[in-house]
Amino acid sequence: MSTSRRRRLALNTRYPTPPGVADLHSAGAEATGGWETDKADERWVSTHCAFCGVQCGMHLRVAAGEVVGVEPRMDTHNKGKLCPKGVAAYQQISHPERLTHPLVRDGGVLRRASWDEALDRVVDGIRKVQAAGGADAMATYGGASMVTEKTYLLGKFARVALGTRFTDYNGRMCMVSAGAANYRAFGIDRTANPVTDVAQADVLMVLGANVPETFPIYIRWFWEAMDRGATMICVDPRETALARVAQIHLPIRPGTDGALLNAMLHVVIREGLVDESFVADHTTGFEAVAESVQAWTPERAAEVCGVPAADIVRAAEIYGRADKAMVSHARGMEHQVMGSRNAMAAINLCLATGNIGRPGAGYGTITGQGNGQGGREHGQKCDQLPGMRHFTDPGAIEHVAAVWGIDPADMPGPGEPIFKQLERMEAGEIRGLINICSNPMVSWPDQARVRRILEGLDLYVVIDIFLSESALLADVVLPGSAWAESEGVVANSDALVCKINKALDPPGEAKPDMWILNEIAQRLGKGEHFPHQTPRQVFDELRRASAGGRADYAGITYERIEAEGPIAWPCPTEDHPGTPRMFEDLRFYTDDGKAHFNVIEVEPPAEEPDDEYPIRLTTGRNVAQYLSGNQTRRLGYLSDQTPAPWVEIHPDTAAAHGIGDRAPVRVTSRWGTTVLPALVVKTVRPDTVFIPYHWGQPVAANQLTKAAFDPISWIPAFKTAAVRIEASDEPAWPVTPPPVWEAPTR
Amino acid sequence: MTMERSIFVDPSRCIACGACVAACRECDSHRGKSMMNLDFLDRGSSTEALPTVCMHCVDPVAPCAQVCPVDAILVSDDGVVHSPDPSRCIGCQNCVHGCPWGVPKFDVEEQLAYKCNLCYDRTSVGLGPMCATVCPSDALYYGTADEVRAARPRREVVDVFRFGAQELQSGNWMVVPEEFSVLTFPLVGP
Repeated sequence: MSTSRRRRLALNTRYPTPPGVADLHSAGAEATGGWETDKADERWVSTHCAFCGVQCGMHLRVAAGEVVGVEPRMDTHNKGKLCPKGVAAYQQISHPERLTHPLVRDGGVLRRASWDEALDRVVDGIRKVQAAGGADAMATYGGASMVTEKTYLLGKFARVALGTRFTDYNGRMCMVSAGAANYRAFGIDRTANPVTDVAQADVLMVLGANVPETFPIYIRWFWEAMDRGATMICVDPRETALARVAQIHLPIRPGTDGALLNAMLHVVIREGLVDESFVADHTTGFEAVAESVQAWTPERAAEVCGVPAADIVRAAEIYGRADKAMVSHARGMEHQVMGSRNAMAAINLCLATGNIGRPGAGYGTITGQGNGQGGREHGQKCDQLPGMRHFTDPGAIEHVAAVWGIDPADMPGPGEPIFKQLERMEAGEIRGLINICSNPMVSWPDQARVRRILEGLDLYVVIDIFLSESALLADVVLPGSAWAESEGVVANSDALVCKINKALDPPGEAKPDMWILNEIAQRLGKGEHFPHQTPRQVFDELRRASAGGRADYAGITYERIEAEGPIAWPCPTEDHPGTPRMFEDLRFYTDDGKAHFNVIEVEPPAEEPDDEYPIRLTTGRNVAQYLSGNQTRRLGYLSDQTPAPWVEIHPDTAAAHGIGDRAPVRVTSRWGTTVLPALVVKTVRPDTVFIPYHWGQPVAANQLTKAAFDPISWIPAFKTAAVRIEASDEPAWPVTPPPVWEAPTR
Repeated sequence: MTMERSIFVDPSRCIACGACVAACRECDSHRGKSMMNLDFLDRGSSTEALPTVCMHCVDPVAPCAQVCPVDAILVSDDGVVHSPDPSRCIGCQNCVHGCPWGVPKFDVEEQLAYKCNLCYDRTSVGLGPMCATVCPSDALYYGTADEVRAARPRREVVDVFRFGAQELQSGNWMVVPEEFSVLTFPLVGP
């Protein structure tokens, strides 16, 4: 075929042309090896996707030292299916914008440096910071897109090499609300049922989860359930592609899930739909919860949620009468000050009706990041040690200290969520930060404050594969390894431990992330604790460290995964089959072995719309982008679909403000302002606007969000900002609000 | 001249994710060019979307091939309607305008037309075409009519379409509500 080797980078193609004409070259960057490949020279590397918590299997096509394509893999989970992110994922590996050498800040600008110079800067910086402010003046911030080996090593690095208690990770914006709720109710932070159970349920309730865009592969089980005649209840302020086909769509006001769930439990109790024997035998705390939801009549919830009381009653009755019902939720319900409590309210409903521990009956919180599950299990999360062990357990510290070869007395105490650490950075207590695999200059709320804080640090180091918005502010940028450049495991949203395989070495002078951490540890004089040469050595240590913990990996080996396919933890011994579905024996991981009801006090969102900022802003995701977009915004096809953000406004609201479809809109909150093109659609509540968050300044949605947090989980309240909107004369960021494909004009 | 397995298009399952469009570009027989179309029907009102693939028309056979003045479009014995042979294509765009589905695309830079060849490099060796292989929601499914009927209750599959007085039988199928056996498109416009 005659395609040339022209390299078209994403930013050149802002305006899609209508299909049918001349759009054949505008679909973004080709693989660096060119489109033309000689299949005879190819080798295929079997692995899983770089992106979300589904972890689709795929083959990477490797030729002449570059990853040149993707071939669908009939993995048990995704059966060859891939979303557009999965199709394009391979393009990031041999991408021309990869960081290929260290950078150091000199006279205000980043310049090329040797590894020795860059690492010396890092180590000198750490020494100065800790000499002045003590060990706890340094902090690390990790990511859940890294393989578990790296996340384990980072937690150990922080506590042993830096000796700081301040380590945390970007699951703070992802799974911590669900995790806190699961821990309080079930004693363990893991999804209860595998997503495959969805297909077997009679009733499905999905809250704040845009499954078609954020977990496209999971949609097949929802469709399968509906083919079987299941009833779908979808709670979402927007009409997503799932809400579109739901028998009951409850488009509630963002931030009111707790009220809705309390009212549903109220109806379940009133109508006598409680599974009395299950509640009596396997739970505690029901009476207090029953009393607390007395006041939550459907009428009161209707007032709070902005949906008809009759719909709430109908949804509750359908859910309550089902033999097998599944509740699934994701960030929509969790990114609120009520985040953890909302998840507990959902669990209350499951427990009251006995929907747990059976095929097709249960509860699933859908993990967002590629290793969102595994990334929170083995020590980079501030309050945990490997194996999902808590500092509150003295045995945990002794066990892990023994594996690490340190005196238990030298183990730093529990740290704090990153957003609490930010307050310490503002106060000058934490003076240095090592950030690996995360991009806070897109993903943290109140971006103006975030920039101030990061710029004010004495030492700010970023390890990444691209020069992210956050790397641009760093004192030292170290080029790390992409997902296909190291071996390791990830745990997907079903806690299935999958094997990631290595396709290539990192490009240029870039180094494996593990090498970088080990090298810093060596230079800090802690090399004896970081002898690992290979991911396998780290994994074997991790298995020992996790043994006996809640997230027990002791029985999982690389060989077993290769032979048997992904294995769900807990898996304590090598002959243990793994645990795809939790609580089948109706024994829970709490001290008394029972599931715990939790009383849910409903609290209003952190910001309520008022005269000055009368519109509710809720932020979220688009199918073509992943997290902060540092990877996907560079991948041609994906960037072409959604080159920049937009604001979804209901036609009535748009008309009231004189805003036309695609016209520029100024969106202003107490915290910032930006101009975005309008996408005028009936698929959003009239009192609410929606902005996808994957971009940095000047169009970052998080310029508009308040630094308000769930007091339990410290997740930011991304879903409940308050803004005003006005038609603008200023040109919007030059984009076509996607995804919109024009009809061909002929 | 019928295909053993074909693509079944089920708009009710489409989630508009664009995986088909992305994957079409990865097919080695037209790498970098997507032959897929994906349209929101009315984004102002709904998230409903429709993927359009080449239907590999059987009777009348391949209107695109029939209107090609230079016989650039080959219809192979297995019923697959191939992409215009670039050594023959004269860039007249007859196929672009002659197709009832709006499938063939014209590359202005190259002055050549392209269309879906059912990923012939894959389907001729027993693999599925890229679009239906990756489709997360089975809105595009590669298989047989019996498989689809068995798996999707209250649905029918149709391969007969009426455009005004012209009836057309296709090689690929649409999945529709069970009350339909033929899909009729009233003619509009002058």
